[in-house]
Amino acid sequence: MAEAHLSPRIIPDRLRSRSSRALKSWESLLLVVALLIFAFNSFASPYFLDPWNLSDATFNFTEKALIAFAMALVIISGEIDLSVASIIALTSTAMGLAVTMGADTPVLVLVGLGTGLLCGMVNGLLITGLGLPSIVVTIGTMSLFRGLSFIILGDKAYTGYPESFAFFGQGYVWWVFSFELALFVVTAIVFGVLLHKTNFGRSVYAIGNNQTAALFSGVRVGRVKFILFLLTGLMAGIASICLTSRLGSTRPSIALGVELEVVTMVVLGGVSILGGSGTIPGVVLAAFIMGMVTFGFGLLNVPGIVMSIFIGVLLISVIALPILWSRARRRMAH
Amino acid sequence: MAKLLKNREILLVLAIIVLVFAIALRFPGFIEPANLARVYNDTSILIILALGQMAVILTRCIDLSMAANLALSGMVAAMINAAFPGVPIPMVILTVVALGAALGSINGLLVWKLDIPPIVVTLGTLTIFRGTIFLLSNGAWINAHQMSDAFKALPRASFAGFPILSWLSVAAIAAIYVLMTRTPIGRAFFAVGGNPHAAVYTGIDVGRTRFLAYCLSGALAGLAGYLWVSRYAVAYVDIAAGFELDIIAACVIGGISIAGGIGSVAGAVLGSLFLGVIKNALPVINISPFAQLAISGTVIIIAVAVNARTEKRKGRVILKKAEAV
Repeated sequence: MAEAHLSPRIIPDRLRSRSSRALKSWESLLLVVALLIFAFNSFASPYFLDPWNLSDATFNFTEKALIAFAMALVIISGEIDLSVASIIALTSTAMGLAVTMGADTPVLVLVGLGTGLLCGMVNGLLITGLGLPSIVVTIGTMSLFRGLSFIILGDKAYTGYPESFAFFGQGYVWWVFSFELALFVVTAIVFGVLLHKTNFGRSVYAIGNNQTAALFSGVRVGRVKFILFLLTGLMAGIASICLTSRLGSTRPSIALGVELEVVTMVVLGGVSILGGSGTIPGVVLAAFIMGMVTFGFGLLNVPGIVMSIFIGVLLISVIALPILWSRARRRMAH
Repeated sequence: MAKLLKNREILLVLAIIVLVFAIALRFPGFIEPANLARVYNDTSILIILALGQMAVILTRCIDLSMAANLALSGMVAAMINAAFPGVPIPMVILTVVALGAALGSINGLLVWKLDIPPIVVTLGTLTIFRGTIFLLSNGAWINAHQMSDAFKALPRASFAGFPILSWLSVAAIAAIYVLMTRTPIGRAFFAVGGNPHAAVYTGIDVGRTRFLAYCLSGALAGLAGYLWVSRYAVAYVDIAAGFELDIIAACVIGGISIAGGIGSVAGAVLGSLFLGVIKNALPVINISPFAQLAISGTVIIIAVAVNARTEKRKGRVILKKAEAV
């Protein structure tokens, strides 16, 4: 459903200097916003600057950010995956099922990764193999995957995860740095390198900017897209391991609506929803901002559903504002 | 092309008949006219919503916020009734239809004036609408005893042997059929989805047409909101949660192309009925109601795969590739 852009894209004859571009980039704007929110929070609540509190705050975004990195690549390539929250649910259910069969932590992790990959493979095959639009396919698998966990679990819940499994969501690698935060940093670096420093990353941009041209210049469009959906499934599986370990239980309604927050995070990070542009550092900053805003709201006792209004408004306004801004600038130029 | 389209609808009719007979083999009571009328009545709300979604999908957009719009409009209807039981029911209905249309117009304006992709707009408004219900109601439920009898009675009241709810959906089908096939705006929906660039050259305002499609889907969601709340006699934040997927499934099953421009009122109605029969059959043939979500998902995927095949064969949309750049 990617719409043709009616206004022509203007390509300047000469790029402005590197430093001036860096200053005016979306990422530096995000950095300023992040610092402002940080400062505001530390004034609003005396408890905010406590290292343990800050460490707790990171749990608000680490799991979602893990998926957001993969989602960023999917969206840059011009596709979308709305099934990630349901993959979390199905993966968590599969791990719960494995626990009832007496599986120990290493097996649970394998089951988690495997289920995530399998879900991603289903999406990838349907989208690249059959050439179906990703929006509808992932709307379908969104209800299929969660539906499967409803069939398996009904109104029950799985608990009784082994104690060693709790490490992924509750453990700390050093002082206040949780395992999830460490995983977040490592994943950010891996995806940053993958997108910005490898041929694979270049082809993701190429596909997002002009799929036909990419195909004619020798990019294996189908294979790249398949790998992207596989990666998204895998990251959703990893996020599910962390979330399940942190909560210590599984219900079929786990992670309901997370796909919205992940897409919002990616778009807030400066990734164009039409594909073709965006960066991993932008997504990292967006993750920090969303995490700190929800944490700040939490300190102010704002209920979750009201936060979701904020996320909805944020999602629309971060797309609307640049459009309005460029329109206003064009009007001033004339 | 008309023949192919007809084929698809005949296929759907056959599929529904086979489905009904297969269920009747295990449970003969299912096929009794009274039960079939009940199944239709139970599907009425889905039909009304699918008609609105159809208009939106025809213009190459999508409306994920319909169920949230329904819930918000329904909550407002219930609150009006609880606070002022004296307000006549037709007034309440008019109010929520207008409210629904207004909510839909927010989607429409964002798509029209700001060119934001429809999926993002309606994902955003979906959560905003749901959150607004919470703000309005403080998370409280409005229960049957807070609603007036007239408010609850209307969809159930019988007219010529069938409930008003069924008649309302019949009226909606007739009205949308006329709108789609006999009016300029109906043609515009198809034209905009079939080829937006060609539509511009024929003097159709693409953005405005999409805006109107969203207003229509919003108004129908508002109507469905009243019907839902009065039928089930309860209003709370999460009513019809996830129902947007059923609505899209009904459209996709009915052969409405997600790429826009292809579809028919009969398709939307039959797609809804197909889902309605499955939904009503599950408890009869002893399948857990929890299976419904997975079945909807599977049906969406199969239907979209089948659609893609038939659309490919047609080779009708010549300029699609050129404009995808």
